[in-house]
Amino acid sequence: MITKKEVQHIASLARIGATEDELESFSQDLSNILEWIDQLKEVDIDGVEPTAHIIGRKNIVREDKDYEFPNKKEIINLFPESKDEYNKVRSVL
Amino acid sequence: MIRELHEKIINGKITSVQLTEKYFQTIEKKDKDIIAYLTLIKEGALSQAQRVDEKVKKGEKIGLLAGIPGAIKDVICMKGVKTTAASKILDNYIAPYNATVITKLNKQEAVILGKTNLDEFAMGSSTENSFYGATKNPYDLERVPGGSSGGSAAAVASDEAVWSLGSDTGGSIRQPASFCGVVGLKPTYGRVSRYGLLAMASSFDQIGPITKTVEDSAIILSAIAGSNTMDATSSPDFSKQYENYLTGGVKGLKIGVVKEYFEGLNPEVRKKIEKVIEDYKKMGAEIQEIELPYAKYSLATYYIIQPCETSSNLARFDGIKYGLRMDDKEKTQLENISNLPKTLLETYLDTRQYGLGQEVKRRIMLGTYALSSGYYDAYYLRAQKVRTLIKKDFEKAFQKVDLILTPTTPTPAFKLGEKSHDPLEMYLADIFTITANIAGLPAISVPAGKIKVEDKKMPIGFQLMGKWFDEENLLKVAHAWETRKNN
Repeated sequence: MITKKEVQHIASLARIGATEDELESFSQDLSNILEWIDQLKEVDIDGVEPTAHIIGRKNIVREDKDYEFPNKKEIINLFPESKDEYNKVRSVL
Repeated sequence: MIRELHEKIINGKITSVQLTEKYFQTIEKKDKDIIAYLTLIKEGALSQAQRVDEKVKKGEKIGLLAGIPGAIKDVICMKGVKTTAASKILDNYIAPYNATVITKLNKQEAVILGKTNLDEFAMGSSTENSFYGATKNPYDLERVPGGSSGGSAAAVASDEAVWSLGSDTGGSIRQPASFCGVVGLKPTYGRVSRYGLLAMASSFDQIGPITKTVEDSAIILSAIAGSNTMDATSSPDFSKQYENYLTGGVKGLKIGVVKEYFEGLNPEVRKKIEKVIEDYKKMGAEIQEIELPYAKYSLATYYIIQPCETSSNLARFDGIKYGLRMDDKEKTQLENISNLPKTLLETYLDTRQYGLGQEVKRRIMLGTYALSSGYYDAYYLRAQKVRTLIKKDFEKAFQKVDLILTPTTPTPAFKLGEKSHDPLEMYLADIFTITANIAGLPAISVPAGKIKVEDKKMPIGFQLMGKWFDEENLLKVAHAWETRKNN
């Protein structure tokens, strides 16, 4: 069972604001899902290597070289708030 | 279908502009009810069609896909076009670059009609999780088209596009293809570049085609496949002209079936799938029972790994660089939030609270929990180990058989609202498709016919899974059934 307090903690780690009602419903949902996922506990994983990447081949790489992005203006246009060519954000503290 | 249209275009029976306009007319007529599209790209589509027509007029050679209109799932970036992932948080996002698949389709001179609806950030199995409202199943408007590529499947099924692209993380191409009676292909992980695909779970995501026929699927795959330096996990294996591999029978080929998959299956679905198996036998394939003892843990494994990867991938949607920022004054008043000006942390919290939908938040939270200190070994690491065991199941199976045949979905399309209240029940809609993503295998859903559901006839698909990077055999065997003589 994931308590409302735990959900609040997870939500703050995930940077998601939530109302009391939302915390309540997430606590229900997450508890149900995790309970269902518990079936993985019956699998004997002794000595099994984890798989992070299924094909397991070499990475495709390209030369580490800088280049001018051709659509800088379009990226700047996407800033929610800008001043000159800078992205304006709220104070950190 | 693409080949016939191509012949008509080069023989002057129809121009690409006429064809494109015809599709826009169908969209105009049908899409009010179906809601397959989120954005139409009329100008761009028609000018591409015009360029192709000019080439034809001059007697220049054009490719198979040139001038043929299709649609793109709105989770794939197209330069200068809105790319929303069906999320409020990206409602105003205009992609400043093209995904590799778009660059490749442009090179083929394909016509792109528009961007199609999906479950928000491709999370869902019904397209009900879209910020813009649910897409409807063309066979019954009271039923879902499946998801998350529901718009792409519905568009092809209702003749609002000749072909479309979807993305498949746990079944999101094949499940809607099954529900809408079209062909859906998830290529081998790494076959198609993911550059420009808004990432959901990076170790599972693959882009693939949704089409009317298996040959069309092969034609689209040939156009979009290939190694790409913009995707570190794209495969260096040479891709092929898959449409050239569709000849030859299935005689002597070994097809594996999993007995447990048929237990408790909807009896009508079961009948259809068993009929397909019978057909393959008649065509000379050898059917062998196989065992995949760990496959039953696929869904649970997926619902750890996928949310973990999602929680990391979606951290970028924070209201800072692009998309919704929840401190615009007007929006703030609209949502009745107080206390301007905000701190940076409040910007994050509010933007993600109001910009992301319930299912997306649920998965981010689940992933954040599973990765949080003290739980990593119990959840994420354990799931990755089970993933290894599932992969080994398939390695063993493919020593015995060439392909594996299963139902695509346990049922035909369900009703709108039927499962949306219960996330777990929704997850179960992907029970047969998800293993191919866990193991990275190529898999295709092919329409197996229609079954009576209440007063409607609803389509249902069967699934073939092939060996890693063996799309040519997968497509060949699917094509052999589709074009069988005793049809």
